[in-house]
Order: sequence, then structure tokens, then C-alpha cells
Amino acid sequence: MTEKPIQPKKEEKAPASGQIRQALLVPALAVLTGLIIGAIIIIITNEKAATAYGNFFGDPLAALFASWEAVATAYGSLLVGSFGDPGKIINGLGILFSTGDSSKFIRALYPLSESLVTATPYIFAGLSVALGFRAGLFNVGAEGQLFIGTLASAFVGYSLVGLPWFIHLPLAILAGALGGALWGAIPGYLKAKTGAHEVVNTIMMNWIAFRLSDWLLNGPMKAPGFRPITPQIETSAELPRFFADPLRINWGFILALLAAYGVYWLLFKTTIGFEIRSVGLNPDAARYSGMSIVRNTVLVMALSGALSGLAGTAHVLGVDRWVGQGFSAGYGFDAIALALLGNSHPLGVVLAALLFGTLRSGATRMQSMAGIPIDIISIIQGLVIIFVAAPAIIRWLYRLRNIKSDTTVMVRGWGK
Amino acid sequence: MKTKTSFTRSRLIPGIVIIVTGLLIFLLFAINTQPQVTSRFGMNISASSEAIQIPDLVVPAQTGIYVLALVTVFFGAWQMARGIRSTGALIGIVAFSFVASFLIWATQGKSFNMVGMLSSSLVRATPIALAALCGVISERAAVVNIGIEGTMLLSAQAAVISATVSHNLYVGLVVAILTGGLVAAFHAFMVIRFKVNQIVSGVAINIFATGATSFISSRYLEKHTDLFNNSGTFPIISIPLLSKIPILGPVLFENSLVVYLTMLLVVVLQVVLFYTPWGLRTRAVGEHPKAADTLGIDVFFVRYVNVIIGGMIAGLGGAYFTIGSVGRFDEVMTAGKGFIGLAAMIFGKWNPVGAFTSSLIFGFTDSLQVKMQILGTPIPSEFLLMAPYIVTMIVLTGIVGRAMPPAADGEPYEKQ
Repeated sequence: MTEKPIQPKKEEKAPASGQIRQALLVPALAVLTGLIIGAIIIIITNEKAATAYGNFFGDPLAALFASWEAVATAYGSLLVGSFGDPGKIINGLGILFSTGDSSKFIRALYPLSESLVTATPYIFAGLSVALGFRAGLFNVGAEGQLFIGTLASAFVGYSLVGLPWFIHLPLAILAGALGGALWGAIPGYLKAKTGAHEVVNTIMMNWIAFRLSDWLLNGPMKAPGFRPITPQIETSAELPRFFADPLRINWGFILALLAAYGVYWLLFKTTIGFEIRSVGLNPDAARYSGMSIVRNTVLVMALSGALSGLAGTAHVLGVDRWVGQGFSAGYGFDAIALALLGNSHPLGVVLAALLFGTLRSGATRMQSMAGIPIDIISIIQGLVIIFVAAPAIIRWLYRLRNIKSDTTVMVRGWGK
Repeated sequence: MKTKTSFTRSRLIPGIVIIVTGLLIFLLFAINTQPQVTSRFGMNISASSEAIQIPDLVVPAQTGIYVLALVTVFFGAWQMARGIRSTGALIGIVAFSFVASFLIWATQGKSFNMVGMLSSSLVRATPIALAALCGVISERAAVVNIGIEGTMLLSAQAAVISATVSHNLYVGLVVAILTGGLVAAFHAFMVIRFKVNQIVSGVAINIFATGATSFISSRYLEKHTDLFNNSGTFPIISIPLLSKIPILGPVLFENSLVVYLTMLLVVVLQVVLFYTPWGLRTRAVGEHPKAADTLGIDVFFVRYVNVIIGGMIAGLGGAYFTIGSVGRFDEVMTAGKGFIGLAAMIFGKWNPVGAFTSSLIFGFTDSLQVKMQILGTPIPSEFLLMAPYIVTMIVLTGIVGRAMPPAADGEPYEKQ
């Protein structure tokens, strides 16, 4: 897989290896700590382990063993759900070489493909939030922008019939981006013009988007039948998949990586990006040097919304090919953790998205195999945000010294 | 010269807006109303109420709307010609005419329990008001708490579980308040001790709370509803004599404990904040922490105490959702009320009484939306459900009066 095409460009900044180690240390330890606390929660909520702890002083080994078993089952199924069963992969590979039949091998790769499929909207949505952070804006509305973008692209996808793919597919993608951009630009405009805080407004826009999508799926966009779903999109609007079913990995993943490179280029190689970062770092200084706060705020929120819209677009055009109620698994909210974890840098966001994509897709298996609700991933994410935002805790926990804690999050309070 | 033009314009534009509103009332409602049809507004909450029964208000629908439209246009013309001093009164008149004609139009040929709606407005305003009070008390000490939503969610769940297990609603209430205090203490610790960005910490709390409550809900509450998630609710307490007053009696004096506590808190907080030494210290810390510090006020201590008390108030708000209204916990049942509370706080100019009054507006919108669904208006219910969120956004734009937040709001304090 071409997972890191943006690596070469990064060298222009040429950070010393010690800096890279420092930049990665806190996020890595934050994720580790989150997973450890997750393990503790798994142990506490495991009935077998709980009874064993009830008799801890009688038989401490049994308690420890039960905890180990609970965590191993949970995280083991999480790993298998994320990357696939190694035994099955090797077995499939053996059949591929001996008989030339690739179906077993491909089926064994299914979990890995699903991880990348989940990572795709995560990359887009994470970039969306990260771009906002760079400009000092906290876009909590990625989820709503994703909803609107998804619905817009699905509408273009199923309503236009008979177009060639090279017109239809770009149109559908554009519709998704525009839908999200509109949903992001409204709070951006309100923030720039009236100072209404974007955090509250993007959340309100989320709720409006949810209700609107309920209405659309039950009314104007409903496919004939009982279920509140849209019609299947036309083949000409589909993002092609790389392999035969059941592998769902598709061009959306490549688009996401391209978008990451695009955001990197925009932020660090263009004048617009310089302005965006200046506004984020010090709005007063930016204003005095002649940059327009209003224009930059609206632009960033629109771009951020477009990226969120693309998160849903990539999923609907590449994976689901229709939209039903609850089509987003909270990608927009998880995106906040991704942007923080990736320190609002596109490369960091991609790595964080790959990590949480695998976690999230593995958690589905963990839910069915070990009976651990998938919500544990949200708990871990909440913890990771806190640890990344407060490196002091990590420093204190792991007795680290000399770790500088510069965060790229410059979010301000009301009316400033 | 310039002042004169801006003065005329400042009169002209609101005037035009009001006249347009008047015409809208005419176009939207008057034209769609049948002549000779009446709208009946119930003035008794129910036949079994303790209040003295009074006759219903019956309005001839079309005539009523015409009158309201004319009144609105008249005030618009007055504003353009002479100017009306009080913006509040102006907005009040317009909003009243619009809402009243909407109600008359929606109720034509039917009957509508007016007092019932007012009563449910107060009840629905309760969690919003408590969230707003939480915001007021912490932000007066310059700590932004955007995690109120998550705090309420955690308290709501803690309340219903402890109340069901102990078979005592008061235990649930105390546990909810303590949970709120605990979460707020964590937030305070993060932002005061570790200087974590206040918005980031709040969002982390929200994500964590959503994950944790959904985790517990699907792990325990759904399987063992009677063991954990069936607490019953606080009974309605009628205050003797006062509850006999028509209209006001059933609205104000036939409520449950949480609603009474909220009204009490509003008064207490208003007095504490503006007429006690502690309130003076709080406001000093919020406006100019350095000056407060110089005068010997312990800035950190004041902030901790205020944020934790605020959290306890939010905890009470959380209790409302479960043991105060439905007696069970549903996933993500706060539905953005915490954020709407923040909007109410801003609209209420960081005053307890103002926050409560503006919460009533949100409560009214929320309850109107429910009643409209029952009445069966042609507007789809999803759009009615959007109303509170849209009102929040309009309020935040500051069209209806800008307010200044405490000067140091959201900024960490560095002790020299």
C-alpha cells in the first residue's frame, strides 16, 4: 500500500531526528495510556474478572489470570479485526502460490481492507479539523458537514442518469465538497462577522444537519420501499474498488492521501496557507499586517467543511453506494482526537487516522467476539485528547523531562 | 453629517425588517386561514388541576391574524418615522406578533392548551437554565466550561443508576450533583493546574462522556433495565394556595423538585454574585485576575470553587433528564441542551436572572415544537425539531444585543 506518499516533501523542513522522536513521543504515550485505561475498564466490566477479584486475597493469581484473559480476548480480537488472522493470511498465500486461486488470500485480507476503508473518512475529517486548528478555529461540526456532503453527493450520484463516469464521478465528488463547504461556511461567516463562537454554532449546525437528513431520507430522497434509504447511486458515480468483493478498499483512500498532501501544500507552501497560520497564531498581528480575518475565517471554515463533506462522499461513493440513517459512525467527532493527536499536521493526521481506522474497524469484531461495546473506542479517544492536550500529565506519568509541549491548538474563548 | 446618516439608517433598517415581518405574517398565515374559523386556547392545564378554572380564550382566526399583522406593520412604520428607544421592546413586540399569529394559524378550527404549553416551557427550560447557570458561575471566574453537555450526560446516568439501585430518588439526586462536581473538578484541574486549553478540555469531556455513558448503557442498562435503569421520577408538588391562581398557579407552583430548585438557585446565585464578598471576588478574578491577586485574593482557589459549584449545578441539570423527567437513561439524551445553555448564558449577559429568562425562550421554542407536532401542522416534524438550534444560532449572532464576556474569560492565569 502507498501509505506515506507525503514523506519526501516533509524533508524540506528537515527536522532533526531528536525532534521527530519528541514529536512522536507524547502522542504515542497518550495512545498507550489510553489503551491501558481501556484495558482497566475492560477488566472492571468483565464479570469473570470481577468475581475473581472478589476473592483476590484467597487466590490472587486467579484474579490476575482472569484479567489477563479478559484483556487478551478483547485486544486480541481487536487486532485480528484490524489486521486479519495471520494464520488465514499465510494459508491463503500458500493456496495462491500453489494453485493460483487468490480468493482465500483476498478474503483473509478483508480486515486489513476494512481498516483502510474506515481510515479513509478519518483522514478527510481529521484534515478538516486540523485545518481549522491551524487558523485558530475549532470545527466541532465535521459530523454535520459530513452528513450534508454525503447527502449532496448521493443525490448527484443517483439522480443524474446516463452521464459518462469522467463527468458524473467528479460532479458527485464536487457536490459532496460543496455541501460540506456550505455547512462549514455558515458558522465561519457568523464567527467572522458577529463573533458568534464557532464551537457552539458548529454543534448547532450538526443537530440541524441530523434533522435535515432524517427528513430527506424519509421524504424527498427516499427510495421506493419501507426503509429510509436513498436509491443506489449510478455506476458512473462510483469510486472504483481495487479488488473483487468482499474487499471494499477503493480510490477514496488514494483521494484521502492526495487531500492530505493538498492540505500540506496549502498550509506550508502558499501565501494563503501563510495567512491562515498567521491568523491562527496571532490574529491581531495578522490584521495589522493587512490580512483579512473575515476572509480567512470564512475560507478556512468552508475548506474545512469541504474536507468533512468529502469524508462522507468518499464513503458513500466508494463503499456503501447508498445512504441510510446513521450512515456515519461518528467520524466527525473522532476527527477532533485525530487532529489533536496528529498535532494538526497533515502527515500526523494521516498516521493518526490509520491508527484509529484500524482501532475502530477492529472494535467491531471485539464487540461481537468479546462483547465489549464499541463505545470503548470513544472513551479511549476522549482520554487521548486529554493526554495530548495536557502533555504535563504524560510527563508526570512517565517521569519524562525536557519534552517541549508546543501545541498547535489556538482556540479562543467567546467574543475575542 | 455622518452621524446623521448613520442615525437615519439605524432607524430605517429595523423599521423595514419589522414591516417585512408584518407582511410575512399576512402572506404566510392570514392568506391560509379560513374566514369564520376560530382558534381555541385552553387556559386550564387540565380538569384535575388545583387551580381555579377559567374560561378558554377563543380568537376568530383570520381577524386575529389581520390585527397582529397590522400592529406589526404599524410599529415598523413608527420605528421608521420616529424610532423606538428600547430595542428589547421592539423585538418583543415583533416576536410576540409573529409567534401569536403562527399559533392562531396552526390552531385554527382546533383547540390548543396554552397553559399546558407554558408549563412545559418552564419544565423544558430547566436543564437549559441549569447548564446556563453552570456557565455563568464558572465564566464569571474566567473559566470556560464547554463540557457541560458531557457533565450533564454523566450525571444523568449516575443519577438513574444510583436511584434505581438504592430505590431512593434523593440518593440519585445527591449522586448526580457529586458526579457533576467531580467532572468539573477534573476540568478545573486540567485548565488551572495544567493550563490545558479550556475549549479542548471541555470537548474531551464531552467525547469521553458520550463514550462512557453509551458504553455503560449498552453493557448494563439495556440488559438489566429493572436493576439499573428504572428509577421513577420526582412527584409533582403543588404549593398550597399559590397553585390555585389561574394560569400562574399551574405553571409556576405545580412542579417537581428539580424545577423548584432551579428557580431557587437563580435567585441565590444572583444575590451571591452581586451582593456578597464572594461574588465580588469571583467577578474580580474574572475581569482582572492580576489585580485580584495583588489584593490578596487566591485566584486559583476562587476558580476551583466556582467551577466545581458550577459542575454541581450542571449535575442537578443532569438529574433532571433522568430522575426528573422520564425515569430512565437513553443514549445521548441531553441532545445539545448543554450547548443551548451556553447560548442562553451569553444571551443572558452572564447574569443568573438573564440566563434563566433566556432559557425560558429556548424552553418555549422546544415546547412549541412538541405541541406543533401534536397539532399536526403541515410543517414536517424534523423542521420543528430544528427550531431550538436555529434560535440558538440567531441569539449568538448578537442581533438582539451584544454582551461583553468577563474580560479574562478563557485565559489561564500565571502567578508571578
